[in-house]
Amino acid sequence: MTVATEFKEVDVAVAEAPMVVKDQTPFRRFLSDFAESKVAVVGFFTFLIIVFIAILAPWISPTNPYDLASVDILDSRLEPGEKMMTGTVAWLGTDGLGRDMVSAMFYGLRISLGVGALSGLIALCIGVCVGLASAYFGGRVDTIIMRVVDLQLSFPAILIALVLLATLGKGVDKIIIALIVVQWAYYARTVRGSALVERNKEYIEAATCLGLSHNRIVFRHLLPNVMPPLIVVGTVQVAHSIALEATLSFLGIGLPTTEPSLGLLISNGFEYMMSGKYWISIYPGVALLVTIVSINLVGDRLRDVLNPRLAR
Amino acid sequence: MSVYIIRRLLQAVVVILAMSILVFAGVFMIGNPAEILISDDADQAERQRLIESLGLHLPFYLQYLRFLGRALQGDLGVSFVFNEPALLLILDRMPATLELAFSALLMAIVFGIPLGMWAGLKPDSLASKSIMASSILGFSLPTFWVGIMIIMIFAVILGWLPSGGRGETRELFGFDVSFLTADGLVHLVLPAVNLALLKISLAIRLTRAGTREVIHQDYIKFARAKGLRTGRIIMVHVLKNILIPVITVLGLEFGSLIAFSVVTETVFAWPGMGKLIIDSINRLDRPVVVAYLMITVCMFIIINLVVDILYSVLDPRVRLQDVKG
Repeated sequence: MTVATEFKEVDVAVAEAPMVVKDQTPFRRFLSDFAESKVAVVGFFTFLIIVFIAILAPWISPTNPYDLASVDILDSRLEPGEKMMTGTVAWLGTDGLGRDMVSAMFYGLRISLGVGALSGLIALCIGVCVGLASAYFGGRVDTIIMRVVDLQLSFPAILIALVLLATLGKGVDKIIIALIVVQWAYYARTVRGSALVERNKEYIEAATCLGLSHNRIVFRHLLPNVMPPLIVVGTVQVAHSIALEATLSFLGIGLPTTEPSLGLLISNGFEYMMSGKYWISIYPGVALLVTIVSINLVGDRLRDVLNPRLAR
Repeated sequence: MSVYIIRRLLQAVVVILAMSILVFAGVFMIGNPAEILISDDADQAERQRLIESLGLHLPFYLQYLRFLGRALQGDLGVSFVFNEPALLLILDRMPATLELAFSALLMAIVFGIPLGMWAGLKPDSLASKSIMASSILGFSLPTFWVGIMIIMIFAVILGWLPSGGRGETRELFGFDVSFLTADGLVHLVLPAVNLALLKISLAIRLTRAGTREVIHQDYIKFARAKGLRTGRIIMVHVLKNILIPVITVLGLEFGSLIAFSVVTETVFAWPGMGKLIIDSINRLDRPVVVAYLMITVCMFIIINLVVDILYSVLDPRVRLQDVKG
C-alpha cells in the first residue's frame, strides 16, 4: 500500500467524478472511494465491533469484574480456558485478583474508549473555536494564539501530560483534562491552516458583503469547508489519546485502580509476566493494539480520500 | 541574528518562570507530604519540628519565593525521601538517561536513513512496502506496549537478553556508562531499541519523502546524464541533500526521546531520571518532581534554540527571523 499510487488513483477518481452518473451524492462517492481500500473497511468494522463491545460491556461480560462479592481470590491467575469457582469458563484466564480477563478487558475498553473519545471531542471543540477565531480575525489575536500553540507543540505530549498529572494528581477527570490540554493545539493548528486558505475565497467575501454576522460566517460558511482535514486529524488524534492514556495509566500516574483501563490491566499483568503468566498482560495489550491500529487504518484512508494532496 | 537569539533567550526566561509558577503551584496542591513522611508514632512536638524544617508550614507564595530564590542559586530543594539535594539526585541519574537517548538517536540515524532511502528509491518493491507498513506500526504502537513485547520475546521466551537494569558500568569522563562493558551493552540493547522504534519510523518517513523529492531534481538527472555511477549519485548527490532536514528533525526529537525515556525506563527498570520522576510522583516527593520538571523544561528550551540556530547555519536558505507581533 504505497501512498503514491493511491494518490494517483484518488486524483483520477476526483477528476472523473463529474462524469460518473450513478454515484451522484457526495456522500455515496465518498463511501465508494473509502471502500476501495479493503484494509480500511476491515479496520472500520473492527473498530465498530470494539465500540459495541465497549458500550455493551456491562451486559455481555461473562462476570462483573468489579463486583467484589463475585470475585474469588481462589480463582486468581487461572490459565486461559480453565473453569472458575462459579463454573464460568475464563477463556482468557484470570488476573492476580481472580477477575475474569474477558470481562476485565470489556470494561477496560469501555474506559479507554470513553476517556479517549470524550477528551478528543472537547479538545476538538476548543481547538476548532480557537483555530477559526485565529484565522478569521487574524492580526494580534492570531499572533498570540499561534504563539501559544507553537510553544505547546514544541514540547512532546507526554511531557505536558506528565507535568499536568504530576501537579493535578490521579483521577478520571484529571486525565481527561490532561488529554484535552495536550490535544487542543493540534486541532487549532489544523483548523487555522485550512481556514486561512478558505477565508480568502469568494464565498466568504460574498457572505461578508451580504452583511452576515461573524458567528454565522464562521460557523455556517467557514466551518463546513474546513471539516475534511479536521475529520482526518480527529480520527488519528483519538488513537493517539487512547495510546497516551494507556501509557500514563501504565506508568501509574493516570487512572486510579478503581477505574482500570486497558493500560492499567497491562500494567497489573506486567509483574506476573516474568513468571510466565503471560495472559494477564498480553490480551489487554492485544485489545489495545487492535483498537489503535483499526482507528489508524480508518484515519489513513480518510486522509487519502478526503484530501489527496495532504501528504505525510 | 544576535537580536533574534537575545529575543529567544528572553522568551525562554519568561517560559521558564511561567512554568516554575505552574509546576510549583500544582505540586503544592497535591497531598500533604507530612502525612507520608512522618511516622504515626511521632509525637506532636517532633511532628511540628519536621514540618518546620521542611518549610511546609509557610503559605504558598512564601514557599514559592523561597524556592525561586534558592533555585537561582542552584538549590532545588532536598528530597523528602532520599534526604539529598534534588538537583544532585537528578544529575546523578542523568547520564543513564542521556546514554539511552543517544543510543536511540544513533539507532534512528543508522537504521532509519538507509531504510528510508531504500523505500524512496524503489517505492514499488515488496521490501519498500514492508518497510513503510512497519513504519506505520512503529508510529501507532504505544512505546510501553512494544517494550513489554520485546521483554516477552527476547527475555522471557528466548532468554537471549536481560529484561531490565543497567548491567555493569564503567567510568568515562567521570560518568558511569554502560556501553563500554559487554554486560552493559547487552543490557542497553533492548531499551534502546524500544525507545528508538518511534524515531526510526520517523526517520524512514522523512528520508523517503526527501529522497522522492530530490530524485526528480534536475541536478540528479544531470549527474546521471554525466554518467556518474548510481552509487555515487545516491551517496553524494541524494544523501547530502536529504540529510540536513532529516538530521534537524531528529535533533529536535532528541528532547522527546528524553521525555519518552520515562516510559522505557519504567518498563526496563533502567535507573535513569525518568524512573526517578515516576517513583517520586507516587511518593509525593515534591522537591524531586519540581526539580525534574524544571530541568526537563530548561533542557527542551535549550535544545529547541540550539537546533534552530544550527539549522540556519547548515542551510543558508533559512533566515532566522522573528514573526512580527
